[in-house]
Amino acid sequence: MGKITRRLMMFGGVAAVGGGLAVGYALLPYTTIDRARKLAGKSGETMLSAWVRIGTDNSVTVIVPHSEMGQGVHTSLPMMLAEELDADWSLVRMEQAPADMAFANLGLARGYLRGDKSIPSWMSGAADFGFRKVAESMNLQITGGSTSVRFTGVDGFRRTGAAARSMLIAAAAAKWSVPAGEIEAKLSKLTHASGKSATYGEMAEAAAAIAPPADAPLKAKKDYTIVGTPKARFDIPAKVDGSAKYGLDLRLANMSYAVVTASPVFGGTLKSVDEAPAKAMRGVKQVVKLPDAVAVVADNTWRAKEAALALKPEWNEGAHASVSSKSIYAAMDAALDAGKFEADHSVGDVDTALKAATKVVEGAYRVPYLAHATMETMNCTAQFENGKLTVWGGFQDGLGARAAAAKFAGIPIDDVTLHHTAMGGGFGRRGSTLNYLKHAIGVARAVQGPVQVVFTREEDMTQDNYRHASVSRMKASLDDKGKVNAWLHQFSEKFDPPEATMVNYDFAHQASRYVTGLNPIPWGPWRSVDHTQMGFFIETFMDELAVSAGQDPFEFRRAHLNGAPRHKAALELAASMANWSTKPAEGRARGIAMREAFGTIVAQVAEVSLGEDGRVRVHNIWSAVDPGEVINPATFTAQIQGGAVYGLTAALYGEITIDKGRVVQQNFPDYDMVRMADAPLHEVRFIESGARTGGAGEPGTAPVAAAVGNAVFALTGKRIRELPFKNFDLKTGTKIASL
Amino acid sequence: MITITVNGAPHEVDVEEGMPLLWVLRDVLNMTGTKYGCGVAACGACTVMVDGAPVRSCSFPAALAVGKAITTIEGLKSGETLHKVQQAWIAEQAPQCGYCQSGQIMAAVALLNEKPQPTDAEIDAAMTNICRCGSYAQIRAAIHAAAKA
Repeated sequence: MGKITRRLMMFGGVAAVGGGLAVGYALLPYTTIDRARKLAGKSGETMLSAWVRIGTDNSVTVIVPHSEMGQGVHTSLPMMLAEELDADWSLVRMEQAPADMAFANLGLARGYLRGDKSIPSWMSGAADFGFRKVAESMNLQITGGSTSVRFTGVDGFRRTGAAARSMLIAAAAAKWSVPAGEIEAKLSKLTHASGKSATYGEMAEAAAAIAPPADAPLKAKKDYTIVGTPKARFDIPAKVDGSAKYGLDLRLANMSYAVVTASPVFGGTLKSVDEAPAKAMRGVKQVVKLPDAVAVVADNTWRAKEAALALKPEWNEGAHASVSSKSIYAAMDAALDAGKFEADHSVGDVDTALKAATKVVEGAYRVPYLAHATMETMNCTAQFENGKLTVWGGFQDGLGARAAAAKFAGIPIDDVTLHHTAMGGGFGRRGSTLNYLKHAIGVARAVQGPVQVVFTREEDMTQDNYRHASVSRMKASLDDKGKVNAWLHQFSEKFDPPEATMVNYDFAHQASRYVTGLNPIPWGPWRSVDHTQMGFFIETFMDELAVSAGQDPFEFRRAHLNGAPRHKAALELAASMANWSTKPAEGRARGIAMREAFGTIVAQVAEVSLGEDGRVRVHNIWSAVDPGEVINPATFTAQIQGGAVYGLTAALYGEITIDKGRVVQQNFPDYDMVRMADAPLHEVRFIESGARTGGAGEPGTAPVAAAVGNAVFALTGKRIRELPFKNFDLKTGTKIASL
Repeated sequence: MITITVNGAPHEVDVEEGMPLLWVLRDVLNMTGTKYGCGVAACGACTVMVDGAPVRSCSFPAALAVGKAITTIEGLKSGETLHKVQQAWIAEQAPQCGYCQSGQIMAAVALLNEKPQPTDAEIDAAMTNICRCGSYAQIRAAIHAAAKA
């Protein structure tokens, strides 16, 4: 059986189902491994590990503990395992792991353990359940923080593939009485110069008798045949013919549909509601009152929606009824004035250096709340039967959601079954704030049979957990050579990841400090998390410093990257891709920005012009990306491009405002999005520096607002210090919105 | 009772006059390939074709489709062969989360029926559907590829 090496463990033996071999790589105790075998081992197949099975038909099924949101992880993780296994890619399939402890996200946990970082707060889905300590070692199944490939893939999938390959070779060596070193494993086949050969499927049973190696050698990058080549994603065919089943597409026998209306003021509760207008409507089955919401249950979604609109619930609005964006910004400014800061990063002695400086530059910035606005609105289907709960839906952390469901329902986690559906976007929304799950459980308690609880777009937009608004104040000193000596960043609210507030430039003195506790509405992770604000604040101010120093914005940044060769190389590549040294066409200008986010460096140049209406048009983006290594280049390119569109939507249009404790925006007409006509041409090039593998889903979002704003400044000489740009006549720099 | 014809097949449904086609498709006929996104014809996730023209079915009463040919994403294939637009979508690996793509594909099919070789400007004008994942570059490439196929 298994060997224990430090915290990790290779395990192997006879699979509980189908006989043959089980081998894997884990941090888990044996009891959990047995459970994983039982769940993943299917009859007629040999289970090769908790993360891979080899079938008698020689198929390779990789079991992925992360959720697919379109970022391609259901393909890139199997690519990493298949590479080390030397599998024939055409035989590889994937399955999403059940939401069970046995498939907890070990690699991710280990990544954090090894990185000496605490578990980030966006993993609170699991932490909320009250076993944070357990979560800190293993109870994670989160898809977020661009972690899947970085941790699960690098730590788990590669080693599992290599161990399995080594066991197959050892089995063949024993059977054929030849040295293992003479056996070649290639394309799911073992061969020896004597002419002997076997498929992996044929050798899997024999391999079950082999002790799993704890540290099978990994392949050299130069020998890769799968990783680094574009592979078609497994999830795409079902997404072009309408057959992919998202949460909203679930259709069960005797299922009802419910539309929920929650207190429009955050923290409010239901005071009363006259159910009669809804009950009189066709198809309405019942009205369910929840502590903070009311739901109409009907025989289809539209009837439930229409009947929900007919209700006029009264709310106890609670403590936040007078909160507005204005009051929130004012509180943030007041806190920054008061100067009661939490310490963040610090290098050198900023305060002394700033006092001694002769030239000091200052900047003040702010960004608003943002909704996630996934295309599929929040929803969840739930059913109670004999005290046990079954839920169906899209979750970024299946295990955390299952734990949360148990907590909401007040039953043990073993009495909760969670079924994953395809997810129509996540971006952080389907991670830790599970109000849709909570409502579904509340409604299901009152309903016979399964009930699909649906957020209308209006409910989705007004009951989100928002990217938090933030106010930023910058101060820096320039020496007589035009170099930054000291850099001080003071801002409101710090979240995750911890390094997002750091600056990669080599300033002798730098510090960041923040005030906290000033967001009275629900807030949480949003694609690239703190990098969304920090990218805009830091890289806009960097541009202002370049202007003050009388230097070109690219050269100015470059001159501050002598201690950061990867960043410098990315910046130089982006400038070269954009022909930075040449003058753009008449009426156009370029801006540059750079962020390192989730282990990936993205340097971006944006080229813009202004329309007659004073609105910015982004024509081109060039991104130079150093993620260390690229697993699936097609997917990675699409993630950088899509991430930039997400960030561009925020820069151009994104604004959730609060009035009387309520979200003002209701739907896409007042929360607009970048569409085809707004989407820039975006060239992406990679630098595979060999550094530890970085994330793909989020880094493209971080620098884009600053790159565009810096380009607008280059064009107009007007510096826009708050988002979104739609609130300004960019020709004059005048604010045209009231807030 | 009204009778609507979806992908060539007639369906008799007992629904209110004003019930949008989207919900008749999704919740009455259980054809869930057509998606709900906004309910106000702003995002295009619910796009279907009615007599070959793109229609945002969330804001289009089913009763107005009586006597007309409704085509949904489920009806694009001929036999087992995917429509050339669906094939181009796979070749360009266009979908990310995929939720908006039924509507995007229907809008693209309608565009190519009208303009077999659309320019980028014509694509910009016709393709106003929202993709929150930002797959616009791949969608544009797929439309051009389908135009050539």
